[in-house]
Amino acid sequence: MKPAARHLLGIEDLDPREIVQFLDTAEVFFDVSRRRVRKVPTLRGKTVINLFYEASTRTRTSFELAGKRLSADVVNISASSSSASKGESLYDTLKTLEAMRPDVIVVRHPHSGAPHFIARHTQAGVVNAGDGTHEHPTQALLDAFTIRRAKGRIGELVVTIAGDIAHSRVARSNIHLLTRLGARVRVCAPRTLLPVGVEALGAEVFTDFDAALEGADVVMMLRIQHERLTEALIPSTREYSRTYGLTAKRLSAARPDAIVMHPGPMNRGVEIDPSVADGRQSVILDQVEAGVALRMAVLYLLAAEVGQSPLT
Amino acid sequence: MMRTVLRGVRVIDPARGLDAQRDVVIEGGRVTAVGEGAAAGIGAEARDTRVIDGAGRWLAPGFIDLHTHLREPGYEYKEDIVSGTRAAAAGGFTTVCAMPNTRPVNDNRAITESMVAKARAHGLVRVYPIGAITRGQEGRELTEMADLRDAGCVAVSDDGRCVTDAGVMRRALEYATTHGLVVVQHAEDHALTRGAQMHEGAVSTRLGLKGWPRFAEDHIVARDLMLADATGARYHLAHASTAGAAALVRAAKERGLNVSAEVTPHHLTLTDAAVLGYNTACKVNPPLREAHDVEALIAALADGTIDSVATDHAPHASVEKECEFAEAAHGMVGLETALALLLGLVHGGRLKAARLVEALTVGPARAFGFEVPTVREGACADLVLIDPARVWQVAPERFASKSRNTPFAGRELVGAVEMTLVGGAIVYENPRPEGV
Repeated sequence: MKPAARHLLGIEDLDPREIVQFLDTAEVFFDVSRRRVRKVPTLRGKTVINLFYEASTRTRTSFELAGKRLSADVVNISASSSSASKGESLYDTLKTLEAMRPDVIVVRHPHSGAPHFIARHTQAGVVNAGDGTHEHPTQALLDAFTIRRAKGRIGELVVTIAGDIAHSRVARSNIHLLTRLGARVRVCAPRTLLPVGVEALGAEVFTDFDAALEGADVVMMLRIQHERLTEALIPSTREYSRTYGLTAKRLSAARPDAIVMHPGPMNRGVEIDPSVADGRQSVILDQVEAGVALRMAVLYLLAAEVGQSPLT
Repeated sequence: MMRTVLRGVRVIDPARGLDAQRDVVIEGGRVTAVGEGAAAGIGAEARDTRVIDGAGRWLAPGFIDLHTHLREPGYEYKEDIVSGTRAAAAGGFTTVCAMPNTRPVNDNRAITESMVAKARAHGLVRVYPIGAITRGQEGRELTEMADLRDAGCVAVSDDGRCVTDAGVMRRALEYATTHGLVVVQHAEDHALTRGAQMHEGAVSTRLGLKGWPRFAEDHIVARDLMLADATGARYHLAHASTAGAAALVRAAKERGLNVSAEVTPHHLTLTDAAVLGYNTACKVNPPLREAHDVEALIAALADGTIDSVATDHAPHASVEKECEFAEAAHGMVGLETALALLLGLVHGGRLKAARLVEALTVGPARAFGFEVPTVREGACADLVLIDPARVWQVAPERFASKSRNTPFAGRELVGAVEMTLVGGAIVYENPRPEGV
């Protein structure tokens, strides 16, 4: 079931044309952020609520700036300061916000599918800013935007995604997006961090990191979280780093012009060596810059759709 | 005295291998006549007599559900004995076995007695409680099973939780057998399902939901069958959901083990793909599996490896389902849709009508040691009248159950319960005119 275009719930719902529309629109807004006055009146009079049930600095700030640079009224709600801590259900929180007539709700939530639940119960447009271990569509879009700028294309590129694939919403969204645009996606992790049936998403599965890096155009590293140790998924960050950490030496197996990406936050010295993170092949800060432009594009395109179906 | 007469009805009575057109007369709570022309002398105007035209309809022994959550005591906002037995009657069930995960848990004589008393006074169908295996369903200390049996429990189960400790399970089997009780296992190794939301597979990976792998069920079943073999206990597997569990039960029966198994209508008709879109109505435990599991379960039901169909009727209030998937409660209601869903398998040629009736009557009766229900002269008149061709649409707002948590809302189904009789008394009659 395809959600209405006023929502962005996941890349899995999008076709290549829709993906490219987001990327092309972001190109326009990318320039806005580099002007002296970084603001356009496009969404004046629109209300955007950032509803964050999980701690986030990067994504929340990026969405907030995106909304503000489009002249929308932006309100941030974080779970710690909201009714969630008083035991109010998501349904009631949502209905309360709904009564204030927002145009777009940007939601980050620790449970997979929470944005879908919200979308079923609101007139506003809903943007998934990361739900559990499901999807993080704007991250995949900004990654694609960054790759396209660096490489000039996405089709036919070999993209290696390494790290905690099982628990990564970034990995899922990127697999969906990159395969839809014709890239060859490799995922690499120890078997404890590979989800069952990941090959059905269209990715090629590797457990040998050096083999996965061979000839790659793009290397995307994912954060390894400490709770994976207590869940008996990896024995130590030391051994993980030794077997799956990206060093300059390992990176040399990739194409010489390969770019290195990381959605952040990084564990320097665990999944990525500082010399690589800060090295000439790194586009990690480009990703962050692209994030604002891309999210401006998303808010712009969705708010336009919301306007098409006035509140009843 | 009121008399009910069914004229020319197809009697499906697996207990004696009868499947033929007959007249049936019911009087004084019992079947008084079954035969061709048995109602020949009785006219429609006979006094104190209800004459029903049985043309195109089936008459079967009332169904027995081995796995019902009546929710009383403690969760009356989801269901209670009155609403739950009304739902049972509407589904053609004349006997339901009530699972012990109430609040407090039915792990002692006082709770069992209160359930039995309430059911006798206010229940529409027969209710037999299932006691807990362990105190508080905590998997450690055994319950007072002799007490539970004397108070009316027909089996023991920690349903919803698995007795994972092999030592406790061994002693539970030995002790329950001592007191003539069947042990019903919810087979799930909780160490393999921590945080699990649905079946582990390509769909759970797409949805980013933590998976419940098949082998979490299978290896408990394998272990339990070894324990049942060693102890000689009566073991019953609740809601088999995997191809592996079906194969294990088949092999155990071939070895001559006295074990039984049940499967739910939803595990016979839905796959994990039904969860797509984060449909909380399809969040059940054990989870909906894949197509090849469904195929294996249907085959196992058809060949008798799985003896019974049980509903696992699990009512929940709307707030427990209208929420994030991870927060949603496990389970769906099943009593009022079971027959029609199963008839779908019959209409599709996957299951014979007589085998279906057997799995809803004789199979469960044998599993729990009840008198085998039958439609013959002198038998107790617990009966269900079925219109196998009636087309209807599932309308949860019309359920007799207090809860509406079904994934089949709006689904058009073929085959309906027309009338349910308990001890000769009509406890349900389909109120909807034909075609609605």
